[in-house]
Amino acid sequence: MLLLRVFKKPQNFRVYFRQIIFEIDNIGISSLPIVAIISVFMGGIIAYQSAYAIDSPLVPLYVIGFTTRESMILEFSSTILCLILAGKVGSNIASEIGAMRITEQIDALEIMGINSASYLIFPKIAAAMFIFPFLVVISMFLGLAGGYMMGVLTDAFTGSQYVYGIQAFFEPWKIGYSIAKSISFAFLITSLSSYFGYYTQGGALEVGKSSTAAVVCSSILILLFSLIYTKLFIGH
Amino acid sequence: MIEVKNIFKSFGDHKVIDDVSFVFEQGKTNLIIGESGSGKTTIMKLMVGLHEIDSGEILYDGQNFPVLGVQEKQEVRKKIGMLFQGGALFDSQTLEENVRFPLDMFTEMSKEEKLDRVNFCLEKVQLTGKNKLYPGELSGGMKKRAALARAIANSPQYLFCDEPNSGLDPKTSIVIDNLIQSLTHEFNITTIVITHDMNSVVEIGEKILYIYKGKPWWTGNSKDILKTTNPELVDFVFASGFMKEVFNAVKNK
Repeated sequence: MLLLRVFKKPQNFRVYFRQIIFEIDNIGISSLPIVAIISVFMGGIIAYQSAYAIDSPLVPLYVIGFTTRESMILEFSSTILCLILAGKVGSNIASEIGAMRITEQIDALEIMGINSASYLIFPKIAAAMFIFPFLVVISMFLGLAGGYMMGVLTDAFTGSQYVYGIQAFFEPWKIGYSIAKSISFAFLITSLSSYFGYYTQGGALEVGKSSTAAVVCSSILILLFSLIYTKLFIGH
Repeated sequence: MIEVKNIFKSFGDHKVIDDVSFVFEQGKTNLIIGESGSGKTTIMKLMVGLHEIDSGEILYDGQNFPVLGVQEKQEVRKKIGMLFQGGALFDSQTLEENVRFPLDMFTEMSKEEKLDRVNFCLEKVQLTGKNKLYPGELSGGMKKRAALARAIANSPQYLFCDEPNSGLDPKTSIVIDNLIQSLTHEFNITTIVITHDMNSVVEIGEKILYIYKGKPWWTGNSKDILKTTNPELVDFVFASGFMKEVFNAVKNK
């Protein structure tokens, strides 16, 4: 029911467009630092652990680059990154809308004749679905760079072996798959968090509860859908 | 003019509004008064559609609001301005953006015209030059005045004020009351004020509905209320000994 109201025709396209730009900044650009830090570290850790695990001379060291690329593209940069964003963005959305509910700001919108569900939630969903793929692609590049830096800094493997590895057996569709996953997760995070925020009742304590519920539900659904996608597109 | 006819509302088994009928006149400050929990705010929420009535009619210049479609309700709501108890200003927006918001949403005004209108409204509520302040930087009284400026920005035909004086000192309360009354007269608005503040009742009560346990108990104006013999209303009006003394002193003069 809420989604039906969210996707009703916008009452003023100019105002909505401005809100979407604001949300792209709020949801996406402001998340760049955490995305960058986590991706670089995760890429480095995956590469180093792979190097540590491969102690057989029969396994070529370029496998490290290959493993890091596959891990980053298929799982980390889409699923794990979205889990992290569910914590950051999801709690932010639920608490923002929840606080607006308990301080009658949503009632004020309704009384002005504004479709509050659409005005508050649609720009967040649209912005997240637009910006998440960029964050995912950035995360992929930074993760791979992190792996490279780790190898070079620790001498666990050479840069050329690693670069060869990340090019080996490359299937471009996996990037599309990862981006598609992130778009669906963007929708899940923003719509669920908005739902919990929008139907908050009570005071500050309930805003906190809505925020927690939004993060927990988003995280579980992200994992569930990631499993389904893996079974559908990767598993044979 | 807004006319409510035989409205009823229950939450579960608890009857909150019991057969209330009243005419809120245009160009007058119409007050709904009563003790806390008597159903004043519920009536107002029913009138603006934040709650659904169980039965009855709410007529905005003849249009029965509860039975209108979503689109038609939104059209009526565009003619409503509302001052919430806590102000309900948008925290992330400056005062100027708050007041400009209904203009952005519903008008084709140019930037300059909008700014003129915002400045006009801020001037009306004595907040000239405070355009760039955020709600968090305002005092309680300023927040109420800012919310009033937003409420009148789109030239409403109907103005609802939910306990406009709650949490304010008597001096600021009088300022808010006078503002509401002068805006009502100047723009010929149908104004409905929910209050249990006796100063407001005496200051601006041009038409008063007293609600007792969800029922319409008494109607009149600020002069009539001081002469009332209705026992529940007398209890309410003269609840404080101080009020009684003042009233007796005035009467004996």
